[in-house]
Amino acid sequence: MTATADAPATARPEIGASRRRKEDQRLLTGRTRWTDNIQLPGMLHVAMVRSPFAHARITNIDTSAAKSAPNVVSVFTGAEVAEEQGTLITAWPVTPEQNTPNHPPIAVDRVAFAGEVVAVVVARSAAEARDAAELVEVDYDELPAVLDLKEAAKDEVLAHPDLGTNKSAFWQLDSAGQGSGGAVDEAIAEARSNGIVIEREYRQQRLVPAFMEPRSVVCDPTGEQITLWTSSQVPHIVRFALAATTGVPESKIRVIAPDVGGGFGGKLQTTPEEWITFLAGRRLGRPVKYTETRSESLMAGHHGRDQWQKLTLAATKEGRVTGLKVDLLADLGSYAAIVGGGVPVLGAWMFNAIYKFDSYQFNVTNLYTNKTWVDAYRGAGRPEATYAIERLMDELAAELGKDPLEVREMNWIKHEEFPFTTVAGMTYDSGNYEAATARAKEMFGYDELKAEQQRRRESNDGIQLGIGVSTFTEMCGLAPSRILGQLNYAAGGWEHADIRMLATGKVEVITGVSPHGQGHETAWSQIVADRLGVPFEDVEVLHGDTQISHRGLDTYGSRSLVVGGEAVVRAADKVIEKARTVAAHMLESSEDDLEFANGRFGVRGTEQGVTIQEVAMASFHAHDLPEGAEPSIDASATFDPDNF
Amino acid sequence: MTRISVNVDGSSYTDEVEPRMLLVHYLRERLGKVGTVVGCDTSNCGACTVHLDGRSVKSCNVLAVQADGHEVKTIEGLADGDELHPVQKAFRECHALQCGYCTPGMIMQAVDLLQEKPDPSEEEIRHGLEGNLCRCTGYHNIVRAVQMAAGQEVTDVPTFEGSAS
Repeated sequence: MTATADAPATARPEIGASRRRKEDQRLLTGRTRWTDNIQLPGMLHVAMVRSPFAHARITNIDTSAAKSAPNVVSVFTGAEVAEEQGTLITAWPVTPEQNTPNHPPIAVDRVAFAGEVVAVVVARSAAEARDAAELVEVDYDELPAVLDLKEAAKDEVLAHPDLGTNKSAFWQLDSAGQGSGGAVDEAIAEARSNGIVIEREYRQQRLVPAFMEPRSVVCDPTGEQITLWTSSQVPHIVRFALAATTGVPESKIRVIAPDVGGGFGGKLQTTPEEWITFLAGRRLGRPVKYTETRSESLMAGHHGRDQWQKLTLAATKEGRVTGLKVDLLADLGSYAAIVGGGVPVLGAWMFNAIYKFDSYQFNVTNLYTNKTWVDAYRGAGRPEATYAIERLMDELAAELGKDPLEVREMNWIKHEEFPFTTVAGMTYDSGNYEAATARAKEMFGYDELKAEQQRRRESNDGIQLGIGVSTFTEMCGLAPSRILGQLNYAAGGWEHADIRMLATGKVEVITGVSPHGQGHETAWSQIVADRLGVPFEDVEVLHGDTQISHRGLDTYGSRSLVVGGEAVVRAADKVIEKARTVAAHMLESSEDDLEFANGRFGVRGTEQGVTIQEVAMASFHAHDLPEGAEPSIDASATFDPDNF
Repeated sequence: MTRISVNVDGSSYTDEVEPRMLLVHYLRERLGKVGTVVGCDTSNCGACTVHLDGRSVKSCNVLAVQADGHEVKTIEGLADGDELHPVQKAFRECHALQCGYCTPGMIMQAVDLLQEKPDPSEEEIRHGLEGNLCRCTGYHNIVRAVQMAAGQEVTDVPTFEGSAS
């Protein structure tokens, strides 16, 4: 902090300052807007009938008892709405040849996982809808289910018989092929005869993201647009995908993610439940709400991870790694989720971590099973890679009888070698692993702990001491767009921001990212307060509503600050440039003679100046603007990073 | 339908409810007290915690009819006007929340804990909050917030500009 006690508030840097979060007042007092809070006139409630079988043919659905239950308004099956329900899409077919099963929101004739929706009940209350859902009689012919990843790879039992295979796609990154390193098989052969080869197989277990707020969707079809509130990380993507698959024009759909209670990747999905609620609202012409139970959330919300990792590491006798070969089997579950196929692929640039390997090959086979679908969860493909390579480095150290950190240092990129292009082809701009590790060792008391460990070993102490170390690096931001295009990803990686300078001097910032606990309202306010020199308290951050934020790619992959925050910076700079023209006119000065600091345009060498709030007011009443200037200093920016 | 009279956050309500209606649904759907939320429907997560006659209960595990003739306090009735309750204040000071979904239940449980044990040890705090799940914070700052609310010295939390207020 460079601020002094008597400096004006706006002169104190906000970025880096500890601020109480703007979000907290409402969260602490229960004045929140969760999707499930919404009640609308005449609103109906949706309950799902879900399959108890992992794989079965639907032979008959009898909805007559449910239809005659009290206050039931509608019951429908997948077959009855097959033409209008739309389909769920994957935005990341990792190869052009990817096998992708058709994914109707409500199963039509076959279910592929336990928890899949087979019929929908709409009633006046949630309790009545659930009661009636229990009256829906579904006849199933159970089919063989494939549940194990390695069994799936054999293609004996098929998750989707119509595809003829469980294989979704095979994807490879080969350093020799792309020119970023040598041939890995040669390195392994060389190490087998004259070095060290370590072969291991690790399991990345399946897990459930388990956000605290269950997913909830409200559809209001009254009015000119259809409004969908959803507990989602990705309102913009939901709107686009609804428009793309249901035939409703994008301009007729408004999606709002209000307060969202956690996501962890689990809410970046476009879900059957959203499509079904949208459909129910449109069919009935009345507002409808669906809120899942926790059991439904655990069964049907996407899961994370689930890989087998087969690894072959080649090194010299001294421990310098000469090659790494990665063979993954990745479980997509029953369907290709929005970015499900791409998640394991993201590991391709991370298995080499912070190390210099001569050669590298990454192979992944994405497979379908009759389990809940799998998609992004916290780090999405990248922590899986870190886990594997860091365990391998420990194995190498054990083989050599060396300190695990020493082996890592032997292999990592030295600080003087940056910028460095890795064997996977990614350029790291900067780093100093020597300094960071030295500091970590000091903070941890590493040498003392090693000595204590040694003492306990020697004295055969009943309590032994284990020391774990790991390095971690991650590419984040999921951009630039041109690289995402090369990877067959359907969307871009840019982010958008608008800044509205209100007449009273207050500022509205509209961001295309969509927070769910991160505190964007606070951080974005700090960015804008610093850039424009306005008080932190005067900045309002608006988000998560496609009618307010018309351009955005939402929040996932650690992209919000690095991409969305930079868009805010650039929009603020455009505001300043527009304001400079007006300020020069107000001050009867040349733009070149103005300097902008702490929210004020001052004429160099004089006491004369105007604040940006005064410029905002002058632009609002627009009584005396320079020739050709539009009566607004609002600005927008869309930012697309150069590299990951 | 059964007629019940309940005092919630200082106001009296009389309603006809289905005997099976849960207290949390009565609060949210009939009274609009949506500050109290449902996380799991199974009494595992504690997000729906409120006070019944001054003691914490998980309102997804209490029938509305069981609250007949009793007093309920929710997160919305905890602050004194604009003045936050000391536990709410401490949660804010210690950055003890992120998405905030568990926060109402966590705070109501913490208030009950401090009524029972005004000067709890860290272990007693962790034990006292074991029925409340948080997915974002890792609990560390929540424990610190309860310590701060108890008037204990708390050092390893962020300090804010003007934290004294």
